Amino acid sequence: MSDEPSRVVVVGAGPAGLRAAEVLAEAGLRPMLIDEARRPGGQIYRQPPSGAERPAEALYGFEAGKATALHGLLARLGDRVEHRPETLVWSALENRLDLLGANGFETVEFDRLVLATGAMDRILPFPGWTTPGVFTLGAAQIALKAQGVAIGRRVALVGAGPLLPLVVHQYLKAGAEVVAALDVTPFAAKVRHGFGLLAEPATLLKGLWYTARNVLAGVPVRSGVAALRVEGGERVEALVWTDAGGREHRVACDAVGASFGLRSEAQLADLAGCGFVFEPLTRQWIPERSPAGRSSRPDIYLAGDGAGIGGADVAELQGERAALALVEDLGRPVDAARIAAIEGRLARHRRFRVALEQAYPFPDHIAAAIGDDEIVCRCEGITAGALRKTATERDTREMNRLKAFTRCGMGRCQGRVCGQAAAEVLSRAHGVPVESVGRLRGNPPIKPIPIKEALR
Amino acid sequence: MTEPSPVPRPLFHRLALRDGAPIDFTIDGAPARAMSGDLLITAILTNRSDLRRFEFAAAHRAGFCLMSGCQDCWVDLADGRRVRACSTPVEPGMAVVVDGGVR
Repeated sequence: MSDEPSRVVVVGAGPAGLRAAEVLAEAGLRPMLIDEARRPGGQIYRQPPSGAERPAEALYGFEAGKATALHGLLARLGDRVEHRPETLVWSALENRLDLLGANGFETVEFDRLVLATGAMDRILPFPGWTTPGVFTLGAAQIALKAQGVAIGRRVALVGAGPLLPLVVHQYLKAGAEVVAALDVTPFAAKVRHGFGLLAEPATLLKGLWYTARNVLAGVPVRSGVAALRVEGGERVEALVWTDAGGREHRVACDAVGASFGLRSEAQLADLAGCGFVFEPLTRQWIPERSPAGRSSRPDIYLAGDGAGIGGADVAELQGERAALALVEDLGRPVDAARIAAIEGRLARHRRFRVALEQAYPFPDHIAAAIGDDEIVCRCEGITAGALRKTATERDTREMNRLKAFTRCGMGRCQGRVCGQAAAEVLSRAHGVPVESVGRLRGNPPIKPIPIKEALR
Repeated sequence: MTEPSPVPRPLFHRLALRDGAPIDFTIDGAPARAMSGDLLITAILTNRSDLRRFEFAAAHRAGFCLMSGCQDCWVDLADGRRVRACSTPVEPGMAVVVDGGVR
């Protein structure tokens, strides 16, 4: 260990990044904590902007205590953490991060890096999904949490995971009208894997409580939804859905919040050269991560949903655990009993997560039903038909080749929205497993930056 | 396809009222009103149902993910700035260009 202090950087100020920064600060490493948002909390504990504040209980419900503790963390740590809010990390190469923040363009070198980059909704196209008024389920929640608005006056919500009953509950509690709550996964899967969910009884109870409240409030709550279609040209007029028995229903609404689980934001791990693995359980590629949070690169650590979906409680534990691994790798003392306790809790959460993913399996039928006319690439309007044509006529069997021919994944979102859907379309066109078509490689900048900044 | 509605109907619906002063801004030159604490996406979509033209077909867009991921809500301002509406606070006098632009 050299006398020179190590430059430690954490990217992401959600539950994982905040807990990592806390451990690193306590070890005297004075980490730099970089985050795109103005205020810490990440998306799950997102704080409203100045002027739109509301009481924590109204914003975060049962989780208000956790949210408040995390929001107060940086104030408590003071200058033991160098907080860099409103700063985008738009590239990572070797030991260098490229930043765009209040002071413009900047390069930061690191000795050790913790990536806690979070997740966003997983998207699958369905007819009408680009109509104004169709948002992700996560967006519906953020509209309420960060702004105190509903995405419409009559809102239909669609999901494939535990976020659905929560958002429905939050909308009802805030006084919004929810005209349908549609789960595209089958009810039978929840019964079959209910026992596994007992690994986290409090979480299971909360889920059941939300669902019961939603039903009692008179919201039509349906599982096993077979198909979806949005009607309306200039804006959403109705959601048409097919039930498990094949019957079609039409519900008038002016907004739809729909998504199909979550996907990790892993671009920076990719650019930094971390190894990736395919996770069959969630049907997505995620950065390789040891139980302690080490990546395949000896100086990079991974925590939270950015390297596999686990939820906010797991993210806090992983942030703490990964930072302890980092401290240990620097040759400094760590508390073995503390590590054992974290690992015990993470193991229990892992059992719960496996049961949860089985209770909310990937909606294969939605992916299989993507029609030729459907836009897959939302940025540039590239259709599933165009992807299939390239797949067969140019014998394209790999995602980056598909991107080169069609531009799917090359637009502003850099494949965040279209990547998984395009992989489903491509693999099905050839009748091969989805993992065999690979994954879109990341490219800098991972989000749009002004060209004048890049040229400086 | 339905006919475009003659009067712009808002998309977002306010549930939590705030005390702060209203913020006046414009959309295609027409006066519009937002609330203190509004992000630009909220300011626009509480006044109308879309944010921008889609560049690749005759359609409009209204944003999608609200967490700075999908990049669907970049809007033009008359002063030449391009901003992501879900992560940019509305400012007094901001002049949003949706259909009246030269882009």
